[in-house]
Amino acid sequence: MKRRDFLKSVSGLAAAGALTPAPAIWSAAKADARSETLLIVSESGPNNLDIHGVGTNVPGYEVSWNCYDRLISHEMKSGPGGVPYYDRDKFKPELAEDMNVGDMSVTFKLKKNAKFHDGAPVTAKDVKWSLDRAVSVGGFPTFQMGAGSLTKTEQFVIVDDNTVRLDFAKKDRLTIPDLAVIVPCVVNSELVKKNATEKDPWGLEYTKQQTAGSGAYRVVKWTAGTEVVMERNDAWVGGPLPKVKRVVWRMVPQAGNRRALLERGDADISYDLPNKDFVELKDNAKLNIVSVPYSNGVQYIGMNVKIAPFDNVKVREAVACAIPYQKIMDAVLFGLAKPMFGAPAGKATEVAWPQPTKYVTDIAKAKALLAEAGYPNGFETTLSFDLGFAGVNEPLCVLVQESLAQIGIKTTINKIPGANWRTELNKKVLPLYTNVFSGWLDYPEYFFIWCYDGKNSIFNTMSYQSKEMDAYISGAVDAAAIGNTAKYDADVKGFVDLAFKDIPRIPLYQPYVNVAMQKNVSGYQYWFHRRLDYRALVKA
Amino acid sequence: MLTMIGKRLMFAIPSLIGVVIVTFLLTRALPGDPAAYFAGPAASKEAIEQIRKKLGFDKPLIEQFFRYTSDLAHGDFGTSLTTGQPVATEIRNRLPASAELTLLGLIISVSIAIPLGVLAATRPGSWIDHLCRVTTTAGVSLPVFFTGLVLVYLFYFRLGWSPAPLGRLDVFYSAPAHVTGFYLIDALIARDFETFRSALSQLILPAATLAIFSLAPIARMTRASMLAVLASDFVRTARASGLSPSTVIVTYAFRNAMLPVITTLSMVFSFLLGANVLVEKVFAWPGIGSYAVEALISSDFAPVQGFVLTMAVMYVLLNLFIDILYGVIDPRVRLEG
Repeated sequence: MKRRDFLKSVSGLAAAGALTPAPAIWSAAKADARSETLLIVSESGPNNLDIHGVGTNVPGYEVSWNCYDRLISHEMKSGPGGVPYYDRDKFKPELAEDMNVGDMSVTFKLKKNAKFHDGAPVTAKDVKWSLDRAVSVGGFPTFQMGAGSLTKTEQFVIVDDNTVRLDFAKKDRLTIPDLAVIVPCVVNSELVKKNATEKDPWGLEYTKQQTAGSGAYRVVKWTAGTEVVMERNDAWVGGPLPKVKRVVWRMVPQAGNRRALLERGDADISYDLPNKDFVELKDNAKLNIVSVPYSNGVQYIGMNVKIAPFDNVKVREAVACAIPYQKIMDAVLFGLAKPMFGAPAGKATEVAWPQPTKYVTDIAKAKALLAEAGYPNGFETTLSFDLGFAGVNEPLCVLVQESLAQIGIKTTINKIPGANWRTELNKKVLPLYTNVFSGWLDYPEYFFIWCYDGKNSIFNTMSYQSKEMDAYISGAVDAAAIGNTAKYDADVKGFVDLAFKDIPRIPLYQPYVNVAMQKNVSGYQYWFHRRLDYRALVKA
Repeated sequence: MLTMIGKRLMFAIPSLIGVVIVTFLLTRALPGDPAAYFAGPAASKEAIEQIRKKLGFDKPLIEQFFRYTSDLAHGDFGTSLTTGQPVATEIRNRLPASAELTLLGLIISVSIAIPLGVLAATRPGSWIDHLCRVTTTAGVSLPVFFTGLVLVYLFYFRLGWSPAPLGRLDVFYSAPAHVTGFYLIDALIARDFETFRSALSQLILPAATLAIFSLAPIARMTRASMLAVLASDFVRTARASGLSPSTVIVTYAFRNAMLPVITTLSMVFSFLLGANVLVEKVFAWPGIGSYAVEALISSDFAPVQGFVLTMAVMYVLLNLFIDILYGVIDPRVRLEG
């Protein structure tokens, strides 16, 4: 039987089944609801509505961001391609009316008319309780607070009903920015305390299921793994009243269907489509497509410097010369990324991160370096990647494998399931792998503390240890705290140069956040957390 | 008969205990560390240890097991980490979604496959026999996710006849009041015909996908068992006695050919219920299969254990039901342990 007939017979059968229902006819009320509702589709949804919860996933951060307020937030500026982009250095009050930074403390006056969703006023007591909670619950929120030197409950002081003072543990440039990330959100303390139990003094079980904040939206229905429905809080005082009345966020696991929903005009926004789909959508111009590079994020090839032969810097350099950079940009990312390689030879190092290396694909040079290192015939190793991001990682690794074979390095590709990836990284036994890291706080030293410092955090996946590197990093941190720009610039240039000279990890590119939306949807803003801010979105 | 049922259920208890032990050990043997997974993107070793302690994974295996079984005895299946909800609630909410889809798929499938199989058996070698062969071969050889995607592409994306593949209901409808958990039935009970139509139109494509896939075993089994029965002596006798062909086929032959068909049906049903993960993924269906697979991917123990246990109980009940049905269809088959 011919393939065509065969397909016909199948679709014929299905047609018999699908003919019966007519497409839905909207009643007038439903049509109104549609114009006031924003339908978002994405692959996965939240597992917890509270960022302070145990193991809250990244989609959960989006709920927290939109349903809770913080004392302060960031202003917007014009970013790459004219997309509104959060301004790292400018803060605006959200729950606070006024921020007064002293030498060793900062004082916030709260907006007097701020109310929680249940109508209770937001007081200094709530703020202190929430910040105490963030530094006490452990896990991710506590560590994020620690990144800004916020570690002890004694640091948060109630001055009066509407005033909170925050004492610095030490001078740290990251303290104020760390108050504008998602974690230090203000929770309705009375409501949550009422629902707390002895075993769960911070009421995490309660806030897992419902939002108890003062934010612009509140969750009215959440079916885990299926949908989240949020409604606007008309009494919000944190900023101008959002335009979108209702947000319905549906989980659609199939990327092809998310694209179909967008193209048919049924969904308003989707932001995790494969790169290829985004490029095609961009080309046919039916939708608005926004692509913005991840702030402070780099995809890289890492090498474990404790494992031979990658303990030899010449071998690492050889690998860096053998990476098919441009091919990766073209064939894997379809141009949707910012290259982090091939800077002109004479270009001076900048006080910025990420910035491109001077490496380009040069197989002859790579061969020579490898011979010099004592491996003229190459060696065998494994190349690992996280299957959770197989869409990018798999073709990338295949290209790298092919290219390394040309200089005699035979690699076996090792696919690690998403659940297992972090465990494997923690063990620090993978010799060669690709991974991505991006920091919420957009400061070079923040990235380097996580990724290159001798303290050997989980993201120093290369087990890289260098006294010189540690000195530059702590030098930059200390210089930033006291505003010594000259020293800071020198130290940042120092650690960037050293990272490129010792090359324990090879930067490839800065990934893009890709958001596709209908033509009548506008107001997308890029935030450090890379999730959607509904408060600025407009549906015409 | 009641004592028989009681006896059968008693026999099921050891196998359920076995399932509890095996799933517990298997999920613990999975590679991957849930603590590391849920500690978040920027977690340090200390943070992971804190999470591990909170989740109770720092305790010895035997203690974890006893805690798990004692929770189980209290009807507590544990809490899923990926969705953050109690597993028992999730399964209760998701099982009807899967069951409604599977049942409808099966009804469509049966209403096509059995007549097709019977007709093919009565006229071997004719065009209807060939049609039967072609449809069944096509059905089994197309992977479900492929059929699903083709149907979505054709009927949603190209033709626009079908609603968006967004799960059980369109975004702007709310679920009918919960009675059975089957939206079609609940909507009828609530006399909400608009919701009924919305739910039905959402169901058609995924149910058709399942039907296409499950057509083959049912049609083939019907045809084979009908052929065997039609060749038997009592059918020849019935024909010789001058009974009308329809009486011979329906009353005498078909009833006798039904036993193997019922067996196949029960197997197909339980298989579809657990294995329609791909259909659920394609149609964003909030069913039990996709729930279990997602949990497995993120090393989330509780839902996997809950899923396997629920499935085991369902198999036991289904088999019991089928055995009772045997007795009704063919009184010669006695219900025994």
